[in-house]
Amino acid sequence: MTELLAQSMSATRVFGHLAVVRDVDLQVAPREVVGLLGANGAGKTTLIRMLLGLLPPTQGEVSLFGQPPSIDTRRRLGYVPQGLGLYEDLTPAENMAFAHAAFGGDALAGLPAGLEPLRKVPVGRLPLGVQRRLAFAQALAHRPDLLVLDEPTSGVDPLASARLWETIRDAADADAGVLVTTHHMDEAAECDRLIVMADGRVVAEGKVATIVGFARVTVVETPDWAGAFETIERAGKVAGLVGRTLRVPGTTPEQVLELLAPMPAKAYSMPATLEERFLELTQPAARAVRAP
Amino acid sequence: MTLQAGHTQESAWGVRAVTVIYGERVALRDVTLDVPQGQVTGVVGGDGAGKTTLLRILAGAAAPDSGEVRRPAAERTGYLTATSGTYPDLSVQENLEFAAAGYGVPAKQARARTQEYLERTGLAAAQRRLVGNLSGGMRQKLGVIRAMLHKPDLLVLDEPTTGVDPVSRADLWWLIARAAAGGAAVVLTTTYLDEAERAASVLVLDDGEQLTQGTPDEIVAGVKGTIRISPERPRGEVARRAWRRGGTWRVWSPPGALPGGALPGGSGVDGTRSAQARPDLQDAVIVAALARELTSGAAS
Repeated sequence: MTELLAQSMSATRVFGHLAVVRDVDLQVAPREVVGLLGANGAGKTTLIRMLLGLLPPTQGEVSLFGQPPSIDTRRRLGYVPQGLGLYEDLTPAENMAFAHAAFGGDALAGLPAGLEPLRKVPVGRLPLGVQRRLAFAQALAHRPDLLVLDEPTSGVDPLASARLWETIRDAADADAGVLVTTHHMDEAAECDRLIVMADGRVVAEGKVATIVGFARVTVVETPDWAGAFETIERAGKVAGLVGRTLRVPGTTPEQVLELLAPMPAKAYSMPATLEERFLELTQPAARAVRAP
Repeated sequence: MTLQAGHTQESAWGVRAVTVIYGERVALRDVTLDVPQGQVTGVVGGDGAGKTTLLRILAGAAAPDSGEVRRPAAERTGYLTATSGTYPDLSVQENLEFAAAGYGVPAKQARARTQEYLERTGLAAAQRRLVGNLSGGMRQKLGVIRAMLHKPDLLVLDEPTTGVDPVSRADLWWLIARAAAGGAAVVLTTTYLDEAERAASVLVLDDGEQLTQGTPDEIVAGVKGTIRISPERPRGEVARRAWRRGGTWRVWSPPGALPGGALPGGSGVDGTRSAQARPDLQDAVIVAALARELTSGAAS
């Protein structure tokens, strides 16, 4: 059996009277990219902090590379926080040297391609996309076995994003495991497997297709989408706007057409998107009671 | 030149051939965008692409060096800047009362709208809280409500959903849809394509220039050349035209080139088996960026 890189077993963390993480089982194996998806307050950050050894679980266990998190396990870990964790007053070369001193590794890694001409510019003055590439290079320089990334492609354009994902995939192909936390469905869709959290618990797990499952929404096409939007909302349903069409979860085409009659409209059923399924999974009650 | 008009004007708001230069840097070059009423227009691009500059011009917060701007009078515009534009030392309610008074919205109407928007977006319980103590998502929702409280003809939103979780994002999109349903021309920026896909039309900016523009379907239909799926990593020159999607690679061949890259017969990319891919918006935008990158690379 392959060694699990990171594992939590019934991990629970309580702050005061509040259980922020409840009974969570999570595993990251070599060569896989696992996405952790959840709203703010779902428990993602607390779970990551426990896995990194920054916070002990109240109940249950966490292990990194088969042992409790420690300074030794820290050296086998690469972490890129959302704020990137770079020293803005230092140059790219100085940042890399600092990471090398802290984490070790075979030799001081060179700067990523394209950064060489910028080696003497303070990091704070570089474009965000370049800073992101540097943060990746720094986190990967000591060839970590586990890479933890927080919204890795936030703020970069689609081509730059595809190239960052190539870097992430290369690390996984070289036997690392990757744990990505994200709010964005584009990023979630790039992962091999997703773990969806809500209120401290895991509410769904698997590939995107597994999580979406058979969830469907009703798509409404009508020349008067604005009128249809108001009517559907007044009836206590949620209508999402996409282009000039509306997407209505939790209904059938027949129900929507009945609601809209005599307005001329076409309604049909379509598979839900990951985002629509996520909202249904994480807050069915809130969305049902928010009607006026 | 800036044309201002009342809300009775039929044609869309927008810009034509605008160029903005900051010192030595061209922030926007020859950009044209229509922002029609009653729909959402998306502007996509990475950090530094020129999105904020374009929105500042549409909102009347800056003037272009050349080109034409069509926008309503300042009091008929709502503008959410990337830094939110709310007062941290005031409560949610005070912020909205202040904005309503500033735009001359009658108190009764302001109360009714405030109540509806706050309740629908889960902010009603936070009405008396200081804005400085709110989460990022709550602050963004308040910022959008503040910008649309006077039912503007043009609603300009700079990265309304950046850094916001999916639940708050759904609330923000409800507000955006609500404004468009009420007839406003809504223009917003985002760095994410899954979000841009929800707009009726999209402008993709790269380094201050238009990369592509149209409805998401038009942008996908406009892809020139062919995109193939390769199960193996492309090598050599082909790698410059390749990008990874999950476990496989996509390889773009420009129009006129042999579909298999440099290989005669087009049997496949770099000698490997490959099938033609049906592009999505992400592929289409990446191809446009690659085409630009390869052209400028060839020129230099």
